[in-house]
Amino acid sequence: MGWSEIFLQTLKDNDVRLVTYVPDNVLTPLIDGVTTDNYFMPVNATREDEAIGTVAGAWMGGMKGVVMMQTSGFALIANALASLVVPYQIPAILVVSERGTLGEFNIGQTLVARVMRPTLDTLGIVHHTLTDESTLRFIVDSSIKQAVTTQSPVAFILSPLLTGGDPVADGKLRS
Amino acid sequence: MEKSALKMLNRTDLTKRLVAKLKREEAVVGGIGNTNFDLFAAGHRPQNFYMLGSMGLACPIALGVAMAQPERGVIALEGDGSILMGLGCLATIGNLRPRNLTIVIMDNGLYQITGKQAAATAGATDIVAVARGAGIANSHWVRDEAHFEELIERRFDEGGPILWAAKIDDKPGVGPTIRDPALIRNRFMKGLGTGRGGALDA
Repeated sequence: MGWSEIFLQTLKDNDVRLVTYVPDNVLTPLIDGVTTDNYFMPVNATREDEAIGTVAGAWMGGMKGVVMMQTSGFALIANALASLVVPYQIPAILVVSERGTLGEFNIGQTLVARVMRPTLDTLGIVHHTLTDESTLRFIVDSSIKQAVTTQSPVAFILSPLLTGGDPVADGKLRS
Repeated sequence: MEKSALKMLNRTDLTKRLVAKLKREEAVVGGIGNTNFDLFAAGHRPQNFYMLGSMGLACPIALGVAMAQPERGVIALEGDGSILMGLGCLATIGNLRPRNLTIVIMDNGLYQITGKQAAATAGATDIVAVARGAGIANSHWVRDEAHFEELIERRFDEGGPILWAAKIDDKPGVGPTIRDPALIRNRFMKGLGTGRGGALDA
């Protein structure tokens, strides 16, 4: 299995059915996986904070969910994290495909990438940067279980070291 | 019906009328500020969720509840300023078409709580037209109290998605909600049967 299959299987192993997302090149295998598998309930959201709201509501209704976004989308969610997910103790699972590092052509992406981890740290949100297929299942599985048990959100940052990065962005960098 | 021809209603009154009709443990998500103050003032129910912040997310939160519990009617109460902040969620809902989701927009054309500054809804923007355009075909203006009573005389677990918008006056909500997010979430989950209090709830 590749990284995306391992990731989706680990979501299933943990009964995570709702997947809300704003599309991104790197996320494509995950999005394709959830939209072609009846196990998952995909929600193609228009904004990342909207996607978080729906996962929060679903958790309270008894269904676990994950929010998938690109790094730039993370910049839209500070309020949803600070005034909904963290104070209401919602174990939202966040997946951020990492742009802005290891070969980025767009300066805006590089700045958001630098804001991301300090923001998560400030809010006390546990985050893991996933770089390696061999440790992927262990980190994701144990962290989802920890999030649910401790009623706390968790963020998984998908490094280009794991995913190969965004091929379109890479093309622009090298052209 | 033209927005300008609508009767001016009152949020506190409409919220009381709605809550009085809820007989099937419907979940109600009250948007930030006056909207959830009036929901709280209408009499707390175990299936009420009160937002403190995250302006604009009442409908997305209600959508999540509706997807997790498809047999339960779910109602989002939201202000016009709040829905303007996240109009995209209407497109998401218009495409997903959750049959158990109803949205009620309290439209005073103002950011009442921050000092009554005008919102886009005071001008050219028509929320019902926006909702229809986003794919929620069953979107209507509330003509008057009798019309609202007629609309809410129904089951909320089918026939959705529905959006009703009411033109309301500029009065504030009648009282603040208890500001304890963890407690609100805990009680809401107990009300939805998803809490894990067990013996602690006794």
